[in-house]
Amino acid sequence: MNILLKKLTLNTILIGLLLVSFASATVADKADGKKIAFDRKKGNCLACHVMGDGDMAGNVGPPLIAMKIRFPDRAILKAQIWDATAKNPISIMPPFGKHYVLTDDEIESLLDYLYTL
Amino acid sequence: MQRSILITAMALLFSCIVNATPEQDKKLFQKFYTDRFSDIPISEFSNGVYALDQDARDQWEATLDFPPYEYALEEGEELFDTPFRNGKNYASCFENGGINIRQNYPTFNRQRNTLITLELAINECRAENGENFLAYGKGEIAKISAYMASTSEGSIINIVTPTKGNGLADYKKGKQYFYTKRGQLNFSCANCHLQNAGRKVRSETLSTALGHPTHFPVYRMKWGGFGTLQRRIASCDAQVRAQPLLGQSETYKALEYFLTYMSNGLPINGPASRK
Ligand code: HEC
Ligand code: HEC
Repeated sequence: MNILLKKLTLNTILIGLLLVSFASATVADKADGKKIAFDRKKGNCLACHVMGDGDMAGNVGPPLIAMKIRFPDRAILKAQIWDATAKNPISIMPPFGKHYVLTDDEIESLLDYLYTL
Repeated sequence: MQRSILITAMALLFSCIVNATPEQDKKLFQKFYTDRFSDIPISEFSNGVYALDQDARDQWEATLDFPPYEYALEEGEELFDTPFRNGKNYASCFENGGINIRQNYPTFNRQRNTLITLELAINECRAENGENFLAYGKGEIAKISAYMASTSEGSIINIVTPTKGNGLADYKKGKQYFYTKRGQLNFSCANCHLQNAGRKVRSETLSTALGHPTHFPVYRMKWGGFGTLQRRIASCDAQVRAQPLLGQSETYKALEYFLTYMSNGLPINGPASRK
């Protein structure tokens, strides 16, 4: 009985911990998407695109605005980031997924952020 | 019938592009920039990014009353004039005593069947006189080269057109390097300095490849000293997360040859200062 109780409480604590970490992971991911986009060592999208409130943006690529309306299909948006040269062989945009510049998880959080623009 | 004419025409065009002579390449290359920036005189491209970005130019011109490289350039002249231990000096190795020759390098040496850049020639001169080789990218060699460039101020780049053999093969190797994507970020030189010249990456305007070799070695604030053209190229390669090649490797020599030939006709205005 005592042991059972102990086990139960331990389980609740574990589950509780898990839930807490899940919750903070989603919050962190949302913030990370933007960080990944702006970070020079990660996406560095600002090098070429005007986006959000980022400053010192370049103008090699088009401004990233109204993403929901222009890219209703998430897979199409993801493909552009995964490997822009699939669509435009001479694209200057780095193939972030194909060349392992960003992980799949990082690209997913980036997409979440892009859809806030 | 019509179809086969079309195919023949396309095949012709294609073979023209692939088999274009260096002379045709150079014409098209220069025309690309003079068409795109039709209000800019061609000799202005010798000023790199400052030909295209007025704000950056204003900041740069403000520094030119007292150029940051003045002292290093004087050191270059002293080094150039200082005799080797055997009593001879650099002037003894070069045509015209090494004065006003920058515009002829890199040069393809037919006897030796190999490409000679100015920095390579400086080191070979040292070796012939029993001195050690200098490291290629910066320091003494860049100062000496900067001094030699300064004696060519206003002279027109005059690389002999490669027509056959290894000279032509080197030219093609350089051309291929210029147009090939590389590195984890997958950029070619042409992506930035041809396709997107004049546009901005972050707050940096991209210069035209036309005019790149006219003003090297460059004194870069970031370096706090002079660096050769190949040193600058290596830093662009590193930026795209490609493995930079060694200074004076066959491929970088070939790239310098291609780039310089593309700028034939432009005036030498080195050394210059850059951010
Ligand atoms: C070095 C330049 C460069 C960088 C860095 C870059 N892009 Fe691009 N991007 C482009 C160019 C140029 C285009 C135009 C289409 C093409 O050539 O692929 C483009 C197109 C796009 C498009 C399609 C936009 C439209 O309106 O059709 C999206 C979305 C996009 N980029 C997102 C990103 C994201 C997200 C990042 C960072 C992770 C990024 N880009 C980094 C140059 C760049
Ligand atoms: C991702 C973009 C990018 C790529 C790819 C790139 N560069 Fe650059 N390069 C720059 C930027 C930015 C600068 C600094 C601004 C300027 O002068 O253009 C620069 C500067 C230079 C300069 C100095 C220009 C001057 O006047 O001082 C040379 C020379 C040069 N690049 C050559 C090359 C060559 C050759 C390659 C290919 C092997 C190459 N670059 C690839 C972005 C790039």
